[in-house]
Amino acid sequence: MSATSTIPVRVSEIEPVAESIKRVRLERPDGRPLPPFSPGAHVVVSMNDGGRIRRNPYSLMSEPDDRGYYAISVLRAEKSRGGSAFIHDVLKAGDELTISHPVNLFPADKRGRKHILIAGGIGITPFIAMMAGFARDNVPFELHYAMRSRAHGAYWRDLVASYGAHRIKPYFSAEYQVLPVATLLENQPLGTHVYVCGPDRLTDCVLDAARNTGWPAANVHTERFLAPAGGKPFDVELIRSGITVHVGEHESILEAVEAAGIDAPCLCRGGACGQCETSVIACDGQLLHHDVYLSDDEKAGGRKIMICVSRFEGTRLSLDL
Amino acid sequence: MAIMFRQETFRDDFTYRNSPANIHRFPFPFDRDEYAYSVNIEPHVPGRKGTIYESLIDVDEHYVAEMADRALVLKEDPLRYQALPHMMQAQWDVLELLMEQQAAGYPEHFSLTRNGDRWRWINRPLGIDDTFTFGARETLPYEPLEYIGRQTQGDLCIVDQRDNNLWMDAGLVTTQADWSLDFDVGMNFMEWHGPVPLAHGMGIFDRALKFLLNLQLGQPVRRFNWTMTVNPRLDTSPENYHKWGRDRTTVTPVNVGRKVHLRVELQTLWRLPRSNAMLFVIRCYLMSMEELVTVPKWARRFHRVLKTLPQELVDYKGMTRYRDTTVEWLSRHDDGAPTSPGIWPD
Repeated sequence: MSATSTIPVRVSEIEPVAESIKRVRLERPDGRPLPPFSPGAHVVVSMNDGGRIRRNPYSLMSEPDDRGYYAISVLRAEKSRGGSAFIHDVLKAGDELTISHPVNLFPADKRGRKHILIAGGIGITPFIAMMAGFARDNVPFELHYAMRSRAHGAYWRDLVASYGAHRIKPYFSAEYQVLPVATLLENQPLGTHVYVCGPDRLTDCVLDAARNTGWPAANVHTERFLAPAGGKPFDVELIRSGITVHVGEHESILEAVEAAGIDAPCLCRGGACGQCETSVIACDGQLLHHDVYLSDDEKAGGRKIMICVSRFEGTRLSLDL
Repeated sequence: MAIMFRQETFRDDFTYRNSPANIHRFPFPFDRDEYAYSVNIEPHVPGRKGTIYESLIDVDEHYVAEMADRALVLKEDPLRYQALPHMMQAQWDVLELLMEQQAAGYPEHFSLTRNGDRWRWINRPLGIDDTFTFGARETLPYEPLEYIGRQTQGDLCIVDQRDNNLWMDAGLVTTQADWSLDFDVGMNFMEWHGPVPLAHGMGIFDRALKFLLNLQLGQPVRRFNWTMTVNPRLDTSPENYHKWGRDRTTVTPVNVGRKVHLRVELQTLWRLPRSNAMLFVIRCYLMSMEELVTVPKWARRFHRVLKTLPQELVDYKGMTRYRDTTVEWLSRHDDGAPTSPGIWPD
């Protein structure tokens, strides 16, 4: 879906909370309330890094009911593509950014009778809002939180103080403590849900243990972010119109065609309705199909493309437009 | 401009009529001369003045009478409102959305004042002035969905999203085209669409579901659905089939223009912020054939659509007994001239 609906925000506070982790507080410049959000939601933050737009998703960790501000936490990635380095080195209080509306691809199951949250490192962020929700609704939960060391871990002291040591269990690998995933999942009452957010190794370990101990797949949740809408820029030749348009990193073919003043049929702008189906006349490279309209055979055939969501990588693309 | 609300009925003496101005804002759903199934979803953005898209939640001259009819249906059958326990937060989301939209679109009729969690809601057409605490069930006379549903045109369904599916876990449904909330509550998207012919094999529901699972906050979408109803009856429910089913045998060449109605549903879908659930508003608009043919383009086009409609769809939509009579009557209003693109009157 096209990301046309964005919210302008200003950084009202940015502070280190642990080794390589900063917490950023975002408010609307006009003082109006932000939309409420559901625990587990994230926003895509757009940053203007010296003329280059960077977009990264971050989980919201503020109180879901507090519409005055959003908070995110950012780990400086070791192999940063630029977004987390920008936030750590350049971003300061008073700077303006834009964010998407909140999107939730990691919601708590509202029917759950008990929730087990397993976090590794910066994976703690979505759980902070989730725990606020569970505590408010008086739903049983426990957090198992693995960190490198006391200095690298963020928020664990506050969480133990807020929710009690019986619900918050930190594990520090520098002290040879291991999060006992298998034993944890072995004996849980019916109606329990487990959520994992952290490095792939931790996620895989939880998924394996859940499978081995017979958990229903619907009760096991892993964090997902919305795939960034854009991709590498490319040119498209429009045969009937007799022009070539450039498709930028953060726009769709449809948007580029419309910007060139050409009226292309479209309806849903989300790759579902089929209206913008366009014939491919020449293609030296690979079509990147992101729609749910074309069949697998049609996608493999390479003769059609849904220009509202799909992209191209290669040297030459010509369309019947 | 203040709306002049009509006094009219949707049962017994059926005094429901559209004013000439309201006919012109009717959501005629056909943009070409034949009907084809499609995933006809588009962004629900405000549209032209004087159309039903002027406000995202449309209020029209039938508002007061529709709310009176809804109250009668609920009194006779309280199961038209149902909400599973895990949907309470979504109910509050819906109450907020519908109050905000109606107050923004029609400030002369509705107003919402917030002071922290203390909210004051004024609904002038229905004579309501309530102050309550947002989030506190006991401060409202009904559960939040039922409270705001008794003050909003259109059926309301709240669907929960989990396991890559959508689940019909709450609703207030009194103006439905022959489906039952009591039967469908708790079902998933594929289950509640089970009875629809042809579309499953075409993959329509697989695509629509994938699209809807990605529905984003602040970007609602809409689609049309349509059928026909004999007499301007809102409550054509399975529960009351014994009251309206036989109406379909009463259509004659003499009364068809007055009795047969095009029934259009404007379905809007909204992501809800606090609960991550989704609101389906299914808003029903009714227009008699006599009213429809006052717009020449619609008369020509609807005649052609109805004439070429596949038999499976005629049967599914319950029009088998009176389709031919209606096509015959409409043919007198179709001179064969070409029709212009789009749905609006010329």
